[in-house]
Amino acid sequence: MLKMIYARMQQGHRTTKYPDGPAPQVADRFRGAPTIDVARCRDGCRACVEACPTGAVTLGGKVRIDLGRCLFCTDCADACPEHAIVYKNDYRLAVGVRSDLIVEQDTQILSLAAAMNAKLLKLFGRSLKLRQVSAGGCNACEADINVLGTVGWDLGRFGIQLVASPRHADGLLVTGPVTRNMELALKKTYDAVAEPKIVIAVGACAISGGPYLDHDQVRNGAEAVVPIDLYIPGCPPHPLTILDGMLRLLGRIEDGTERKPAGQARPADLIAS
Amino acid sequence: MSRDGAQTAAFTNGRSIELDAIPTLTLEGFEDAVLDAVADGERVAAMFGAAGERAAEMLLYVVLASDHENRLGVARTVIDAERFPSLTPRCPQVHLFEREIAEQFGVRPEGHPWLKPVRYHRSWTGRDAWGRAAHEAILPGVTEFYRVEGDEVHEVAVGPVHAGVIEPGHFRFQCHGEQVFHLEIALGYQHRGVEQALIGGPGPRSIHYAETAAGDTTIAHATAYCQVVEALARCQKSARAQTLRGVALELERLANHVGDLGALANDVGFLPTASYCGRIRGEFLNMTALLCGNRFGRGMVRPGGVGFGVDDARVAELLKRLEDAAEDTAVAVNLLWDTPSVMARFEDIGRLPKQVAVDLGIVGPAARASGLSRDVRQDQPSGIFRFAHLPVSTYDAGDVFARAYVRWLEIQQSTDFIREQLSAIPSGEVRVAVGALSPDRLVVALNEGWRGEVCHVAITDFEGRFGSYKIVDPSFHNWSGLAYALRNQQISDFPVCNKSFNLSYCGHDL
Ligand code: SF4
Ligand code: SF4
Repeated sequence: MLKMIYARMQQGHRTTKYPDGPAPQVADRFRGAPTIDVARCRDGCRACVEACPTGAVTLGGKVRIDLGRCLFCTDCADACPEHAIVYKNDYRLAVGVRSDLIVEQDTQILSLAAAMNAKLLKLFGRSLKLRQVSAGGCNACEADINVLGTVGWDLGRFGIQLVASPRHADGLLVTGPVTRNMELALKKTYDAVAEPKIVIAVGACAISGGPYLDHDQVRNGAEAVVPIDLYIPGCPPHPLTILDGMLRLLGRIEDGTERKPAGQARPADLIAS
Repeated sequence: MSRDGAQTAAFTNGRSIELDAIPTLTLEGFEDAVLDAVADGERVAAMFGAAGERAAEMLLYVVLASDHENRLGVARTVIDAERFPSLTPRCPQVHLFEREIAEQFGVRPEGHPWLKPVRYHRSWTGRDAWGRAAHEAILPGVTEFYRVEGDEVHEVAVGPVHAGVIEPGHFRFQCHGEQVFHLEIALGYQHRGVEQALIGGPGPRSIHYAETAAGDTTIAHATAYCQVVEALARCQKSARAQTLRGVALELERLANHVGDLGALANDVGFLPTASYCGRIRGEFLNMTALLCGNRFGRGMVRPGGVGFGVDDARVAELLKRLEDAAEDTAVAVNLLWDTPSVMARFEDIGRLPKQVAVDLGIVGPAARASGLSRDVRQDQPSGIFRFAHLPVSTYDAGDVFARAYVRWLEIQQSTDFIREQLSAIPSGEVRVAVGALSPDRLVVALNEGWRGEVCHVAITDFEGRFGSYKIVDPSFHNWSGLAYALRNQQISDFPVCNKSFNLSYCGHDL
């Protein structure tokens, strides 16, 4: 018993003050949202496009990066002879509209996710129960979702809880590219959640298929099976990126949600298909 | 190499061998080579099919590991019929390899006692080992299951979607009251076609396939992949790069072992250690992120070396964090052994006897907890482990306690290893250029991941591209160990038994 008390004192209080206090520091080598300086591009150069493992970089007049496909590997940036692409340290990446994940020269800053509508906020704002469905992928996204339940993050203090049954849930947290072998299970789990419900896609896999994009064995992400309300990119996303996204959906964090000026909101057809 | 003149070609971990130097045996010769080697104490590290010269032909390869002699053996035979005699009745550790071959190539191992699909996908050849028509849907888990009949015997089915944040899998328990007579595990839900997609590589995605084969084992799989490429390109990486790879591998082990001890505590309702270890695991992940920016080690291991170097300040910071985390871990973990209610739930639960572990080809901490001194870092060392020897941690009880305690021993060994390596890190480049791969060769790379042996086997075609790429995650060997350990246990002991193995679904399903 004494040992337990000693251990309790030795381990201390570890829950982050975020979002009321500053966010925990991410590693200096952490790779978050990229910027692109197209002015540096050499004519005819396609080095970034060819280096990218998932076809996330496209050249339609100017370089665009689809963060929904991006593994944040920096293979594109490393291949660029002019260092035009730079992956910065900003962990805030979650968006509510798929096409908002496309980064290009003029719109370097993502339109981060806005809060859910007032009706949903009234229902879920103080209590959001989520059922996690793992549908392919490598289990790293799941691991960093689990981390949010540890004392360091204490997801429960926001009223967000991961529950054991879709019947108890207000929505799904989907990871993985949705393998053919999980398609039916995902659909059934979604159907088992009562209306109204939300879906959050965590990781490149769940958004686009990620490293397994266009494999016959996968459906290229959750959107092929269920509608998505929040996209959290990364491979895997940092726990802070996931939490930031969830808190935005709940209206607890609001900076960076400004829409792009008219005419620059990018249509869905810019997403490389 | 083996008795009775059965021949395999000998080579070592991380060295390539010319395809022409691999003996092509008769079917009987092949069987003898496998059976003799296993009788001599060798292990089947991999057994797989590869496309033969003609469409109707399959080459059946076996990679045998002789742990006592630090060497590997490889042999092959041509299967030109739709069936071949199963080795499983005589050599149980190949049971899942044979099922996999049947599923991928549509060739039937006749006499296999339980020939079912592994991952529920169409075969690669158009032939089907179960005679299913091309238009018939193949649904995961829709198959025969072993059933126990009798009064009061009932079946409990769980999954694929589980209660926690866990990967999908389907479990069928045959129970008599609370007692489990038999557990059968059906997987394949995570199958995303990694091995097939690697064929024709290396390409821009290849390293990422390795890094995501099992996301919590990124470093071990990426290292194996890079060893494959480096062996085929005859590339020499620096001592500094090898040291950093070793440090990253042991950090991966630390994060997962600490996390598992916390999860085991949670499953027996001992919340102090559960919550402390949950947090401390994150500290180790953050140390990996300090190295390479990603908590799972994405980007750290690259062909020719490592993607990120370190300077003195970073090394100092790593060492400082290591000491802090090591101290917190010791306090948190030792609570387990001092708490009788925890020990009562760990001891004598989920026993895997040593001989069963040998027969099933169990690897990693699960094997060592059943008393086997089996560790790639000792038996088939590569990279830094050829110079720095880690003592192998074993325990002989084979129960949940043993699997937990071996992890604790390994946590201490890995901490010492990282401390020593970082304190005397050799100088030099961290990454060198890698040239084209040599054609018509085979290479095997083995690494001791935190769950056990990670095995990659590549065969290049005449142009130096991957003609075949086989990945054996430790979970592929060990799922059967978990099923065995559940026999005659209470069904309520499943969570703690399961966590004591903590196997990968995606690594198995690839
Ligand atoms: S960082 Fe993203 S966009 Fe760049 S190469 Fe990697 S996956 Fe492609
Ligand atoms: S997005 Fe990346 S980290 Fe997440 S499951 Fe897919 S491969 Fe793994």
